[in-house]
Amino acid sequence: MRAWIEIVGSEIRLAGEWTISGMADLERKLAELPFSGETSVVAQDIEAMDTAGAWLLHRAVQGHTLEITGLKPGHAALVKMVAALDMAEIAKPQSRGILEKLGVAGWRMLSQSGGMLSFIGEATLALMHAIANPGRIRWKPIWRNLQHAGFDALLIAGLLSFLMGIVIAYQGAEQLTRYGANIFVVDLVGLSMLRELGPLLTAIIVAGRSGSAFTAQIGTMKVTEEVDAMRTIGISPMDQLVLPKIVALLIALPLLTVYADIMGVLGGMIMASFNLDVSYTDFIDRFGSSIRLSAFLVGVGKAPVFAAIIAVVGCFQGFQVTGGADSVGRQTTKSVVQSIFLVIVADAIFSVIFSLVQL
Amino acid sequence: MSEAILEIADLCTSFGNTVIHDHISLEIMRGEVFAIAGSSGCGKSTLLREIMLLQKPVSGSIRVFGREVLGLDDMEALDFRKGCGMMFERGALFSSLNVLENVALPLHEHTALSQDLIGEIASIKIALAGLPSSAKFKYPDELSGGMRKRAALARALALDPALLFLDEPTAGLDPLSASGFDELVLHLKRSLDLTMVIVTHDLDLLWHVADRVAFLGDGQVLGVGTMMELSKSSHPLIREYFYGPRGRAAREQAWKQK
Repeated sequence: MRAWIEIVGSEIRLAGEWTISGMADLERKLAELPFSGETSVVAQDIEAMDTAGAWLLHRAVQGHTLEITGLKPGHAALVKMVAALDMAEIAKPQSRGILEKLGVAGWRMLSQSGGMLSFIGEATLALMHAIANPGRIRWKPIWRNLQHAGFDALLIAGLLSFLMGIVIAYQGAEQLTRYGANIFVVDLVGLSMLRELGPLLTAIIVAGRSGSAFTAQIGTMKVTEEVDAMRTIGISPMDQLVLPKIVALLIALPLLTVYADIMGVLGGMIMASFNLDVSYTDFIDRFGSSIRLSAFLVGVGKAPVFAAIIAVVGCFQGFQVTGGADSVGRQTTKSVVQSIFLVIVADAIFSVIFSLVQL
Repeated sequence: MSEAILEIADLCTSFGNTVIHDHISLEIMRGEVFAIAGSSGCGKSTLLREIMLLQKPVSGSIRVFGREVLGLDDMEALDFRKGCGMMFERGALFSSLNVLENVALPLHEHTALSQDLIGEIASIKIALAGLPSSAKFKYPDELSGGMRKRAALARALALDPALLFLDEPTAGLDPLSASGFDELVLHLKRSLDLTMVIVTHDLDLLWHVADRVAFLGDGQVLGVGTMMELSKSSHPLIREYFYGPRGRAAREQAWKQK
């Protein structure tokens, strides 16, 4: 049953169920009512009322000198109680002006970079400390992280670079056949996979898989005060949470890269034999003579740097979590975007350096 | 007062091989404050979760407002849930919303009222729950434990439910805040004509606030009645619970006041 209002002469009759579910269109009707000195409000037909209904009634007659008659004692008490509540209007916190927002964002970015720098310093110190005291290295979390970040990523990293190898060979095929230079598909696939795509693709996959997991894990542990509990027991979160992740990724990412290289070249090789009539033996012969070892080493050499970037960013963003679930989500997003961005920037810097030293 | 608002009959729950509820039956009357007590792990919170359809029992029936709630489809369940409010043990406030938005969320979702009116109704609930207006624009992580509980209560009250479930409302509160919460529950009961089901360990809350108490243990209801009746029970588990050192202190204090 709904709430309704009737106007009979100078009498306003209120009736029905003045509850949150019954008063949908009441608000507008009440605002339109012609309250004046002579109107009387009769409320004897109100059958049910909750605080929302009581407030609506109180709000409507507020400021008018009206008497409400016929209100049931329980309902009258409710209206009285609602009216008596301390509803002192608190000014909403002012939203910031554009200049202030800009300043705050800039300051936050600066202090974040500072925090990141000091985090890198702390992590390096902890790493040196661990190398100096190898007995204190925590192997168990390292193994666990190796499994999650390394072994479990084999399938997806292998599959993606295999497909990438196929795509490169396929795209190159048309151009190469036009010049009768079919055999150069080996150079195309080999160099691009080994030097650039293998390491980059693997790093991006790992950043998405493991960097986000690092942030979410540490962030959630921070929300549930597990990180603080660790500190009170005398275990440094740096040693227990951060170092194993960095060490594990430093080991896992180069290995994954080698694996991705193999799978990528394999993909290219299969495509080459299908589309370009380059047999497997020709492919492997050409590969041995035209791709220098340096191409492979340049690619794999980048992997530890990418690993350090992903692990440090992932852990740092985890420690930046404050508050609750919302913040965990925000920092995880930030972690993935930042680590992929930094990986690509680092890759660009490597390219410049390598071209300067002519590798 | 004699009309049953919530009837649980022959309810069985088990997790794997662990039997939590073994043919439990309870009846809760309109307008009473009904407490469910019992030692940790006896399935008190599970019972609440089952009534709110967050978890499925193995068998049995739960009737709320005279309607069987087990096996409701999604639309009917939504309808049923709108008539009930639940306050979770740790508050479960949405961390991305401030207190006012947390309380206003169910109103925005389920009513067609104007923005202003929703804000005012939410403010009423916040004031009813005993929070100062200054807390309105704070986020959950800026609130103390006691304030968080009150904010959670305000959200549970948002849709003016006839039936309110409180899971450990005073757990983790200092004695002063806890007794403040006792007062609040009594005030709400008097002024809003609410039926409340409270899961609690808090002996003071049991003595001062609850009209009737059900004591769960060994998967069964070991006793139902007023605290006076329960404290005379001869069941060893109940005696242990009420006549332990803390139970005695709370009982003596309650008797002094009566």
